[in-house]
Amino acid sequence: MSLASILKSKLVPTELSEQINRIRKPIGSLGYDPWGYNNEAIKYGFSLTRHIYEKYFRVEASGVDSVPAEGPVLIIANHSGQLPIDGLLIGYALASRKDKPRMPRAMIERFFPTVPYLGNLLNEVGAVLGDPINCAKMLANNEAVIVFPEGVRGSGKLYQDRYQLKRFGNGFMHLAMKYKATIVPVGVVGCEETIPAIANIKPLAKALGIPYAPLALPVVLPAKVHLNFGPPMFFDDREIPEEQVTDRVEQVKGEISKLIDKGLSERKRLF
Amino acid sequence: MSKQHRPRILVTGVAGALAQQVIDRLRDHCDLVAVDFREQVYLGDDIPSYCIDFNKRVFEDLFRRYKFDGVIHLGRIMSSQLTRMRRYNANVLGTQKLLDLSHKYGIRRVVVLSTFHVYGAVAYNPALIDEEAPLKGVGLSADLVDSVELENLANIYLWRYPELNITILRPCNIVGPGVRNSISTLLASERAPVLAGFSPMMQFIHIDDMADAIVLAYNKPRRGVFNVAPDDWVAYQHALKLCGCQRLPIPSVPPLLPKLILRTLNLRSFPSYLMHFFKYPVVIDGRAFAREFAFTPQRPLKEIFRFYRENKKPV
Repeated sequence: MSLASILKSKLVPTELSEQINRIRKPIGSLGYDPWGYNNEAIKYGFSLTRHIYEKYFRVEASGVDSVPAEGPVLIIANHSGQLPIDGLLIGYALASRKDKPRMPRAMIERFFPTVPYLGNLLNEVGAVLGDPINCAKMLANNEAVIVFPEGVRGSGKLYQDRYQLKRFGNGFMHLAMKYKATIVPVGVVGCEETIPAIANIKPLAKALGIPYAPLALPVVLPAKVHLNFGPPMFFDDREIPEEQVTDRVEQVKGEISKLIDKGLSERKRLF
Repeated sequence: MSKQHRPRILVTGVAGALAQQVIDRLRDHCDLVAVDFREQVYLGDDIPSYCIDFNKRVFEDLFRRYKFDGVIHLGRIMSSQLTRMRRYNANVLGTQKLLDLSHKYGIRRVVVLSTFHVYGAVAYNPALIDEEAPLKGVGLSADLVDSVELENLANIYLWRYPELNITILRPCNIVGPGVRNSISTLLASERAPVLAGFSPMMQFIHIDDMADAIVLAYNKPRRGVFNVAPDDWVAYQHALKLCGCQRLPIPSVPPLLPKLILRTLNLRSFPSYLMHFFKYPVVIDGRAFAREFAFTPQRPLKEIFRFYRENKKPV
């Protein structure tokens, strides 16, 4: 038995492997899809995330069953906490649900593909470069896609601005309308406290070619995370002026804001 | 069937394995004339074969003599061959000459072989690139200029002379027995360079499938530009592993470093200007072609890689 298969038997229990194989994915003969998702890599990722999800952040997810079992879905959430931990946790919540699990895809920042090792690793576990064409093609493939319309405005915000929603881009709404995708709003509470940043060192970020360089402790704090999935929202594909699209975006934003408030009121303590 | 119903086709680039596969598929039903600007190839007594530079005047004599019905233009000097200047003359000016003559002599069907390299390997590429996507290949390196120019030229003729019925095919990596392009050389070698930390998604099409695609395209006069790729994908480093290649990592950051190393090494199969194709994915969407021409690739990736694994000695 090779080292790889011993490691695999230790890290990936058979039932987990079977569960992942059961989740239908449009993959090719070698287990890859066009965006680099890999059926084998995801098993390691899933097993590792289980510990992070259950033991470290002790995530409490409610309403995850409101994500439809099939068809195109856009999961829209607030972004926070410097690293895309929120995306990982939402993804795991949906992939591990008892009834009809789905393996969602997350749209990631444009600079990730340029980072050696990390870029490929993220692709293998289902993350995809945040490009509208990618999102459109995935919705056409009936995937569930996690989108953070705040982008770096959200993930890079400072601790003092926690739980204040930044401007939402309208792109996701156009895609949802065009591909008749269901929108599921999610309020994430707790990720703001994982890496509290007190400042953003802009010259350093510029020098390194990254979106922001937070001044923060070099650890990820084990804050307790609450994920609240809201009821699904549907929008028709009528030709409407941009102003009305923005209104629809505001509607989703309002829903997320309510879900965040719910999470904050449920939360007993930070850790 | 009477003799005059057999279509007469000019096939270029016949020194290459792909053209020979196309010829094998067509020779029973068509009268073929073979040309190549590199060497003269013997293809049997029934197929006249010439070594001609398209830019020379004698090339026109072929059109006068044979009265072609169609042209299958596969003769491209690959980016790893010859100098930039000579490639430009052969690929761009040569193609222009070929299309001009095709127009002059009333040819009714032209199939031009391009490459997915024209899209360019850029970090921000989405996957499943459509035919309408911008051609960013030139932005990366002047060594890909001729590929993009060839396309632009064919595109101009496509719209200006609709009666030529030009179809441009942009295939993904063509691999398999006899293929001598850079990716095939890499897969066939014992050791292949990789950029440390980068393993972009790639697509491979077997030479036999590609030859089938070209014949299908020729037989259905539908103008346009089409990607040709199977619905199957694999990461570069995984492909090397399946081909039994040992991977030689080249430091990838800062970006200047691998460029310097590759320029110094000057490998024919891993030139510095193709470096980005081993760093960022260029995944094309071949579904439009598959739909339009009822094309289904028959050779799976596993079979392709098995061939390379079992034929480690030079083919």
